[in-house]
Amino acid sequence: MSIHDLTATELIRRLESGDLSSVEVVQAFLKRIEQGDGRVRAFVRVEANRALSAAERIDQRRRGGESVGRLGGLPVAVKDVICTEGQATTCASKMLQRFTPPYDATVIRRLKQADAILIGKTNMDEFAMGGTTESSALATTCNPWDLARVPGGSSGGAAACLAAGMVPLSIGSDTGGSIRQPASFCGVNGLKPTYGRVSRFGLIAFASSLDQIGPLARNAEDLALLLEVLAGHDPSDSTSANVPVPEYSRLVSQPLDGLTLGVVREHFGEGLDSQVQEAVREALRVYESLGATVKDISLPHSRYAIATYYIIACCEASSNLARYDGVHYGYRTDETAMLADLAAEQRALTSRGDSPLLDDLDSPLVRMYRQTRSEGFGAEVKRRIMLGTYALSHGYYDAYYVKALKVRRLIRNDFDAAFREVDLIAGPVAPTPAYRLGEKTEDPLAMYLGDLYTVSANLAGICALSVPCGLNGQGMPIGLQLQGPLLDEQRLLRAARMYQTVTDWHTRRPEGF
Amino acid sequence: MSLTRQQIVKVSLLARLRLQDDELDRMTHQLDQVVSYMDLLAEVDTEDAEPMAHAVEQTNVFAEDHVLPSLDRESALSNAPKRDEQCYRVPAVLGD
Repeated sequence: MSIHDLTATELIRRLESGDLSSVEVVQAFLKRIEQGDGRVRAFVRVEANRALSAAERIDQRRRGGESVGRLGGLPVAVKDVICTEGQATTCASKMLQRFTPPYDATVIRRLKQADAILIGKTNMDEFAMGGTTESSALATTCNPWDLARVPGGSSGGAAACLAAGMVPLSIGSDTGGSIRQPASFCGVNGLKPTYGRVSRFGLIAFASSLDQIGPLARNAEDLALLLEVLAGHDPSDSTSANVPVPEYSRLVSQPLDGLTLGVVREHFGEGLDSQVQEAVREALRVYESLGATVKDISLPHSRYAIATYYIIACCEASSNLARYDGVHYGYRTDETAMLADLAAEQRALTSRGDSPLLDDLDSPLVRMYRQTRSEGFGAEVKRRIMLGTYALSHGYYDAYYVKALKVRRLIRNDFDAAFREVDLIAGPVAPTPAYRLGEKTEDPLAMYLGDLYTVSANLAGICALSVPCGLNGQGMPIGLQLQGPLLDEQRLLRAARMYQTVTDWHTRRPEGF
Repeated sequence: MSLTRQQIVKVSLLARLRLQDDELDRMTHQLDQVVSYMDLLAEVDTEDAEPMAHAVEQTNVFAEDHVLPSLDRESALSNAPKRDEQCYRVPAVLGD
């Protein structure tokens, strides 16, 4: 088996035994990136030299008998929405193309403390808004299973580089499915932790009450290992949960006795692709063969999840993205040209004697904000800012924003009731496997409706993961979603691992990689 | 309810965006579709539901009252598109 075929857990075992050096491992993955990323374009930046010298230092420390961290010498890819000190962090936006954070996100500090090697930053939808990675201002990422198809999003690069064997571990962020959906489209594993389980400090905000950082990996064991490094209380994030972190990597191999899985009636309705449905049903039969009970349940408000989610997420986004004003950091419009245009408009209106329009003319500062933001943001980001601003504006606030917050409560109540009856909820991740590039770019509502099964977990704050559970007739991966109660990641991981001891979908690799 | 182009113009000012004519047309059409879909929520009985602003509700998270170092001026200014030695620079705020 080549280095890039090994799981993170196995690579660490070999690094620790001295069987492999970190330099060998990093070189092997850098070679994979060199050979494959011209086709996939999962990375927006690869830090080859930095990674190799970090690997050399880890090897030296190991040879000198020093102890090294949990991920000692193992390469990890990081989604470009997470701040890395001294290294560009762009959110795949023109707005932040020249932004270099002056500090590390807490998860980056944790990865460094664990002696992980940060090998590069991965592509994403601009500001994590989208489900295909097509809204990136930097590159179009392709699905390694079929280069004409999307990798999913917004953590499309994070999932694609893992699927193509360019890294053993990857970090993404999930606001409404942005880890789970690309994981399912690319045939890898991805976990959205409970809100608060992982610090958001240094994660560039999209929707602060929904955003959560999480791991992507080759199997449940590797997810457990990476989550254990990322999770934990952080005083810099006042929403982070001040509770102990279980030893996921030890617990993951313990099967669950008497597991009861809930299957949501409403999730098997209209719009669900028949092959996805069949693969998920088959996964449920596998669980039954392992002694689990499958129980039919209802989440009565699930049909309102998309509307609720897009109102709340866009309202929070319009507020969070107000900081991009062309003053503190990021892009600013060409000021000379902007002021000349404004002066010309003023002269034209004055000579026409149009004083009402003259009164409405932007001040130079407001014009600078507006021009900067209009040039710096792409279409999808502008749409969401507009939607959020509209829903928060005078006269609509109660009808949209407050109403959505109330429905959010009802969605959460549905989950609380369901978890009194079942241990975990199982179902599809997305209604279809990966579709073709360009297929949905002109129809935002159709794209939003694809998030039907994933957004509820973010609204309710619960944890959820995606594991590969099949391939459709065209050879595209299908994902199984498991959702669990607040802070119960260990149960999710154990259930996923049980499934992977008797199935091999997670070991399938795309042809040509 | 239908969104008008005039409303979109107004919201674009609130959002500090400046949209070209073709963008305004597209935005009016697309947002109208999305907002119509969101009107679905009107049918939900939320009479007794308390608004839920955060997924895991925490109240009064206090920090110890210690003075800690904060970002130094040079780091804070390092990404500014326009600056001088001490400040961010912006176009004139007051009229002439």
